[in-house]
Amino acid sequence: MANAIVVEDLRKSYGTVEAVRGISFEVPEGQVFAMLGPNGAGKTTTVEICEGFRSRSSGQVSVLGYDPAKRDRGMKARIGIVLQSTGVDIYLTVAETIEFYRRLYANPRPVDEIVQLVGLTEKRNTRVGKLSGGQQRRLDVAVALAGDPELLFLDEPTTGFDPAARRGAWDVIRSLQSLGKTIFLTTHYMDEAQHLADQVAIIAKGEIVAQGAPATLGGRDRAATRLRFRLPANAGELPEPFRARATLVDGGVELTTDDPTGTLHELTGWALQRGVRLDALDVSRPTLEDVYLEITGREAGTE
Amino acid sequence: MSDVTQALRVVRYTNKAFWRNPANAFFTFAFPLMFLVIFTALFGGDDVCSLGPGNCPPGKLISTSTFYVGAIAAFSIITATYTNLAINVTFTRDMGILKRVRGTPMAASSFMVGRILHAILITVVLVAIVVAFGALFYDAEVPSDTMPAFLLTIAVGAASFSALGLALTAAIPNADASPAIVNASILPLLFLSGIFIPIQDPNAWYVTVAKIFPVYHFAQAMNSAYFSVSGSGLEGGHLLILGLWGLAGVILAAMFFSWEPRR
Repeated sequence: MANAIVVEDLRKSYGTVEAVRGISFEVPEGQVFAMLGPNGAGKTTTVEICEGFRSRSSGQVSVLGYDPAKRDRGMKARIGIVLQSTGVDIYLTVAETIEFYRRLYANPRPVDEIVQLVGLTEKRNTRVGKLSGGQQRRLDVAVALAGDPELLFLDEPTTGFDPAARRGAWDVIRSLQSLGKTIFLTTHYMDEAQHLADQVAIIAKGEIVAQGAPATLGGRDRAATRLRFRLPANAGELPEPFRARATLVDGGVELTTDDPTGTLHELTGWALQRGVRLDALDVSRPTLEDVYLEITGREAGTE
Repeated sequence: MSDVTQALRVVRYTNKAFWRNPANAFFTFAFPLMFLVIFTALFGGDDVCSLGPGNCPPGKLISTSTFYVGAIAAFSIITATYTNLAINVTFTRDMGILKRVRGTPMAASSFMVGRILHAILITVVLVAIVVAFGALFYDAEVPSDTMPAFLLTIAVGAASFSALGLALTAAIPNADASPAIVNASILPLLFLSGIFIPIQDPNAWYVTVAKIFPVYHFAQAMNSAYFSVSGSGLEGGHLLILGLWGLAGVILAAMFFSWEPRR
């Protein structure tokens, strides 16, 4: 599979501040790539270098085979961009706005199809100034889709959305994915990356600190399973093999194990035998959020 | 689609949006007329030399109210191009519209040319209104023999002040500050350059200062083109200085114009 984006050892400095410190990644065609990181990590700098809005200090960037720094119109004809904050004329309607932008491209999508894709069919003749914030954001996506681009850049597409609007945006992104589009997404929401992305890169302080599929990121798939429960006061001591490994967390007991089936069997066997209720029993694997917080926290701690 | 077609589409959509803000549209056209009425009411009694300050040959004296028709025509052109473009383009920049456009295959120049063409379209309508109003109420004859000079002066003025308006946006940090900065840059010149008040003493120090800037030369050229009773009315020297200012505007805009909010 060919790569839509290839970035090698990209660096960007603003004065003496190095915002991006030598990152490399590839986005294969047809995949959703999420760059996940806290505010100020270098996400927007990276995506805007790929879009051609900013110059790079050093490194190689290829977007659909173009060098974005050259701002080639041929490249712009094949990409769609949703920036963090862009406006459109508030006195034009939704349909007029889309019509204005779609005609800039050689093979645009029909207006009806676009408004339907982003869920603005009922608002197509409403003036942009009268749309809600979430609807304006969807119009941003609509404008980016107008030219039927192969590659879409979405810079924090759901920041400030309520949960329902976020689900709606995810549906839009998934339908784009099913149309075979390549998507480069930045976000600071773990669940967003987990739900949407084929590949996730976690960026902190200008460096990629972990990269992979959401399920395996940061060794999540190999990490120990965590058991949590509360012991009633009259339960007595835990049996020996557990006592040494247990830690007290928030008034409950926490055990980690590489063999959850066996451990759970022993633990519940012991509890049943003794007539002990294990309140709030919970078995979990580290979430992407745990991995993310651990990695970004570790990075922050090195300063 | 060609770059020219794109620019014309920008004109069309800008115009559509312009008329959907009726308050803005109304005052854009009413503002110069308000000034015309107020200034002639305040200062309209005397005569003034149509050739500008200095020894006035006989027959060149016109009533001040007639003088104001020419002056306010010049003022309309400055408002519709310089003031409007500087404020609106800064606003579009801060809204992120310019940045969005830059992410599309449209040539940046098409967008700008479209915006300027729309400003000039508004200028033409405004001047027509002022000229008609002046002919009806202030005895200001519509230029006939001097029509070519009049049109050329409008063209050079509109182009130069458009370029200067775009150049000024580079000095405006954000849209909230734009009306204050634009007014501060142009109002003193409108007073000093014989637009709001006819120049009484051509040797005053402020006239010397005004001569450095384009508004004075535009006012002189406009006056001559409007009221000359003989000759072409063309003021080549004044138009040249005005045009050089316009060229400086183009160069400064090309060097410093920002497509993104300056935050």
